[in-house]
Parts: sequence; C-alpha cells; structure tokens
Amino acid sequence: MLMRRVALVAALLLPVAGQAGEAVPVSDDPVLEERVMRLSHDLRCLVCQNQSIAESNAPLAVDLRNQVREQFLAGKDEAAVVDYLVARYGDFVLYLPPFKGATLLLWLGPGLLLVAGAGWLGWRLRRRVREVPPPLSAEEHARAAALLDGSAKPSQESRS
Amino acid sequence: MIPELGHFSLILALILAFVQGVVPLIGASRNRLALMSVGRTAAQGQFLFIAFSFGCLTWSFINSDFTLQLAAGNSHSATPVIYKITGVWGNHEGSLLLWAMSLALWTVAVTVFSRNLPEIFMARVLGVLGLVSTGFLLFLLVTSNPFDRILPGAPEGRDLNPLLQDPGMIIHPPLLYMGYVGFSVAFAFAIAALLSGRMDAAWARWSRPWTTVAWVFLTAGIAIGSGWAYYELGWGGWWFWDPVENASFMPWLLGTALMHSLAVTEKRGAFRSWTVLLAIGAFSLSLMGTFLVRSGVLTSVHAFATDPARGLFVLALLVLVIGVSLTLFAWRAPTLAGGGSFGLVSREASLLGNNVLLSVACGSVLLGTLYPLFIDALNLGKISVGPPYFETVFVPLMTPVIVLMMIGPFVRWKGDDGNRILRKVGPGLIASVVLGIGAAFAIGHVTWRTALGLSLAAWVLIGSAQILWQRLADRQGAGSGSRLRGIPAAWWGMWFAHLGIGVFIIGVALVGSLNSQIQVKMLSGDTAQLAGYTFTFRGVSNAPGPNYAAARATIDVSRGGVTFATLTPEKRFYEAQGMPMTEASIDIGPLRDVYVNLGDQLEDGAWVVGLFYRPFISWIWFGCSLMALGGIFAASDRRYRRLAEREAPAGAARQAA
Repeated sequence: MLMRRVALVAALLLPVAGQAGEAVPVSDDPVLEERVMRLSHDLRCLVCQNQSIAESNAPLAVDLRNQVREQFLAGKDEAAVVDYLVARYGDFVLYLPPFKGATLLLWLGPGLLLVAGAGWLGWRLRRRVREVPPPLSAEEHARAAALLDGSAKPSQESRS
Repeated sequence: MIPELGHFSLILALILAFVQGVVPLIGASRNRLALMSVGRTAAQGQFLFIAFSFGCLTWSFINSDFTLQLAAGNSHSATPVIYKITGVWGNHEGSLLLWAMSLALWTVAVTVFSRNLPEIFMARVLGVLGLVSTGFLLFLLVTSNPFDRILPGAPEGRDLNPLLQDPGMIIHPPLLYMGYVGFSVAFAFAIAALLSGRMDAAWARWSRPWTTVAWVFLTAGIAIGSGWAYYELGWGGWWFWDPVENASFMPWLLGTALMHSLAVTEKRGAFRSWTVLLAIGAFSLSLMGTFLVRSGVLTSVHAFATDPARGLFVLALLVLVIGVSLTLFAWRAPTLAGGGSFGLVSREASLLGNNVLLSVACGSVLLGTLYPLFIDALNLGKISVGPPYFETVFVPLMTPVIVLMMIGPFVRWKGDDGNRILRKVGPGLIASVVLGIGAAFAIGHVTWRTALGLSLAAWVLIGSAQILWQRLADRQGAGSGSRLRGIPAAWWGMWFAHLGIGVFIIGVALVGSLNSQIQVKMLSGDTAQLAGYTFTFRGVSNAPGPNYAAARATIDVSRGGVTFATLTPEKRFYEAQGMPMTEASIDIGPLRDVYVNLGDQLEDGAWVVGLFYRPFISWIWFGCSLMALGGIFAASDRRYRRLAEREAPAGAARQAA
C-alpha cells in the first residue's frame, strides 16, 4: 500500500510540459468565485463534521459549491440561491438559521436573557443604594474600638 | 501486565478518592481533626496512583502494545514517539484519564500551596474535590475503561487521526484540561464556604489566585487551540463557533466574570451570593463541555440515544453536581446577604454590569450550542447554528462589555460622581469613535463592523494609556521609576489583560476586513500575485514522513523583487487511516501572515494552490498572550504570598495542637 502510494506520488512529480508564466486562477471568473466562496462560508457541508462547504473538499461540498456557482450564473441573487438550497436540503444547510416558529426561542433568547439580566441588575442596584449596613454588634464595637486604640492584635478575620 | 497494573492502580485511586471525599467531610461536621487530616494524605496518594496509571497507559502506547484496545485504535508502530504519547489523550478514555489526572494534580496543589487554610475549611475543600474525582474515576472504570484488552491482539494499530498528529496536540489538550478542571478548585472553595457559612473577604482572597491560574490555563489552551485550527484546517480561519470550541469558551466567559466578582467580594465584601453562583456555574459548564464533547450527542442526538451509557453517566453527574450545589446555595444564600452598599455610579456597579453581560453572552452561546440538539430531540427538524448566528448575537453583547471595561477602573468604589466620570472618559470615547471611523476610511473598508471594531480597539488603547497615566499621577513623591515600581503586580495584571483585549480586537477587526485569498493553478515556474506579494511555484517533490507519503511544493514569496520566504506546503497521505491531509505553510509576520496550501494535481499537471493574505492575524494570539500574562501577574501578586507567610506560623501552631 505504502509503495503504491509513493509510486503514485512519484508519477505525479514527473516534469510537465508547459510554459512558465502567470498562474491561472482556478476559476475563470474570480469575481464570481469570491461571491461563491462568501456564501459558501455560511452553508453547511451536510455530510461533514460541522464544516462549511467553503472549508470542506468532500465531494458533496464541491457539488454544493458548483450548484451555488450555477445558480449565480443563472442570474439568481444570494437570497434566491439560499431559497433554492433550502428547498433541496432543508434548513440544516444554513448556518444562519431562519426566523420561524421552531427557532423563535433561539432568536429571541439572547434578547430575553439581556432583558432579564438588566432587570435583575436594576433591581439589585436600587436595593443596594437603599441598603443600610447592618449595625455593629457590641462585640464588634469593642473590637473596633480596640483596633482604633492600636492596643489589640487584629483577629484573623480582620487582617485577611 | 503493565495495563493490568494501570487498571489496578486506577481502582486504588478510586478508593482513595472516595476516602478523600467522605472522611474529611465527616471530620469537618464532627470537628474531629484526625478525620479531617485524612484528606491531604488521600489526595496525594490518589494523585500518585492516577499518575502511575497514566504512566502505564503511556508505556503501552509507546511500546505499541496492540493487545490494548485503546492503543490498537489510536496508535501505530510507525507513528513518531511524540504522537504515540499524545495518542494517549487523543481518544475518549485516555482524555478522561487526563481529566482525572488534572483534577488530582490541582488537588495536590491545593494541599501544598494552601497549607495556611484553617484545617476545617481545607477538609471541606478536599472533600468536595474528592467527591468530584470519585464521580469521574467511576465514570472511567465503569463506562470507559482505558485498559480493556483484545485477545488476540491486533497485528497493527489503526493510528491516531492525522489531524491530531501535530505539535498542537502535545500542548493544547493538557492546557485546556488544566483550565477546565481548575475551576473545580474555585467550585470546591465555594461549596466549602457554603458548608461552613464562612464567605468573607478572607475566603475570596483564598480562592482568587486559584481561579486566576485556572483562567490563565484556559485562556492559553483556547488560544493555542485556535492557532492550531488556523494552520491545520488549511483555509486561514481562526475561530469556527464549533460546539467543541463553544464548550471551552463558555466556562471562559463565566470564569472571567467570576474573577472580577471575586475581586469585589475580597475588596468590598459585596456580591457574595453572585460569586458563589458564578463558581458553581463555571464548573458546571466545564462538566457540561465534557458531556457535550464526550457523549457523542454533538454528532447526532440519535447516536447518543443508541449508545447512551456514557452520555447518561456524565449527564447524571452533571445533574447531581448542579442539583446539590444549587440546593445548598438556596439553603445558605440568606446568610450571604450584606456587604456594603454602593451607588448606581460605582466600581461595584460597573463590575456587576459587566458580569451580567458576560453571563448573558455565555447564556446565548449555550442557547446557540444546544438549540439544534433540542430541536432534533423534539423532532422539530434539523437546523444548524453557526458563525453567522453567533456573530450576530455576540458582537452587540460584547460591545458594551468592552466600553464598560475601560470605564470601570476610573470609577471609585462605593460611589462616584457621574459627571466626573463623564469628564474623564468622555474625550477618550469621542476620540476613539473618530479614530475608529477614520481608520476604517483609511484602510478603505468602511463597514459598520470594521468601524465598530477599530473604535473599540482605539478605546481600549486610549483608556489603557489614560489609566496608567492617572495611576502614576495619583502617586505623589519620588521619580517616575519608583512610582512605576510601586504599582502592585495585581494592577499590572488588570492593565495587561485589558490591553490584551484591545490588541485582540485589532487583530479580529483587521483580519476580518482586509484578508484576501485566491486559488490558482500553478505549474513549475508560474507566478501569482496577491495583496502585493508575488508567489513563484518552484515545483513539487517527494517528502515521505514516518507514517505518511507526501508531496511537498516549494513556493518563493517575494515583494518588490526581493524574495523573503520560501514556503513548503504539503499534501500528505496517512497510510493507516487512508486519509489525505493538507499541511499549510505560513510566513508569520507581525503585521501579516502569508499562508499557502497545496490542493490537488489537475490532469494537465498543474497543482491547485491556495494563497492567503491574513493581515494582523497574529495580533489575535498576541492579545491572548497579554491576557494570560495579565492573569499570571495578578496571581503572583505579593499580597497572596505575604498572607501565606504571615499565616504559616499560625497554621503550624494549629497543626501542632
């Protein structure tokens, strides 16, 4: 197996005829390719372990990129391409989940959390402002007085 | 024989963990010194046995003992020794053993560095840690025994996943686990405090350095993981909002909140119940991260349902930990009230505000990570929640955090004059916005996101300079040299960590705005242009490795006619796993990375080459390093050591008694 692979790699390394020059972009249309890749980052490669079709080179990812390219070439805009893919593969293909019934909590959740957090914060702060520190007990008074005198050794609590 | 020794040693460790978890707690409740002091010995013994067990497993991997199921599945005789060793934690069972060893190491560290703690408090801390360890060792032995044999043994191993055969694997998991597990110490301190009803400034001071050190490990672990993904996954991204990444990021967010909350509890006695909740939360999220990553629930809810033993065990552990701690909290919380009052404009209020925002951000990441699982489990369909969602949610939540972060240090404790603060920070804020928008125009990438990022970065830099200036101006007397030296390490820690956030944002904003890439077909001698750089393809040669075959391209990179780097990206083929891999090659620079990867060879003999220009990307990791450095400064502050020295005689006296 190893030998076969090495042989294969070696075969690939044979010098190739051709004139050195400016490299050709893989895509004939770099502007289109840029659009394809930008959208591809937000589309999931359905068979991969959580990779976008831009990152993956799995056959399905390549196929999906080709589909995106074809749709763009057919003159569709981004939203139309996304609709087309969702119709074929479902919401799972989108890394930006749509706003609908099942995702209501997903989209509203952070806002609700923020409102709850801010509400709690406001309540806490208001309470804190009004709060009066508890009066010192007689013992604490004595200790404080001793400390002020400088005559007592601080206890463990007060020095740590 | 060796694996059996390891297995047996792990069982002994479990017994010791159980002893450590039960006896000191009984001792503490009955006030029996002899029982309490068992904890220390049990903890140290437990560590020795787990370390021995870990050593046995490593030995089996190094010696390619393929009668050991784990080695057969995750190692190969031709794999370099270092990846045989990392293979030990490149799988479920071994990584849990690493988890358990980290916990034992932290516990031993507590027994060594916190000798000055009152005996009863120490007993409770060790007891809690022992119970957690018992849970994990049980989990290991019952559901995930790393020492299972297969007889007859496999003739050859299936090798470690090639993605993991990388220097990142040596350091990333141990650091990350030290961070994750480190929060168990903060958790144990919090539970011990709840048990004893003692939750004062002294308690906060004891737990602060532990929390900070755990946070430093976690920060470093996450940063290294991100750097690893950047060069290994081969297309120049650095953060993917993958559930596994989120699992480490959530404890980081809450841990950050916890560090700041502890500071307030120490200095002002306030936020006590909030601090305890955060300590419980940070550790629970660490456990949940372990559950998410280890149960298989992420790949598919249904995969989890068909083989639920492991997942259910961790889930039960999680529920038990959260349930017991929250019950304890609810029971004890009323005793935690109090602490000084503070005004709406005060250092306390700004810290509490940021704590709430960090928690909300953490909650949102949690929501986004778990939502697809719930939807799937409820049969409502399959959805994906990925980077666009998290960025939409995260940026608005973190923006006020960054703004407040630089205002907080100007505000006095207890209460301050809002107008005074406004006069202090107003000019800087306005200047930052102007600078940020100006810079966006200057680099020719005017989007609200770039402008926002650059404004925030400018605000952090301006604010940092202003705070340092004020700190120096506040201290009267001697020359600036001695004034600089007079600033305590903890303050520098805060300053560097916050500055690190600014540096990090510069990296994120600029690489997000200015990056560019192109895929070209290249034959020997061909050149390609990207972002002012010229790439010359010098051909491909054979570069076989110990356990893979590889084609290595040589590409010269030049600018203005001067060749300054030769990059050698590889395309590897790992024999044992039959898996192709791309190894990117990067010229790292302070202001930009030039990144090249090698794709397939086409029929006409040309190679597909990916060229990437990533401006300022190293600032992301430089920023993280500054944050970690800040944490190290903060944890090394003299006053923690002074405290230890002063209390040492008292502790010795207590022990003698």
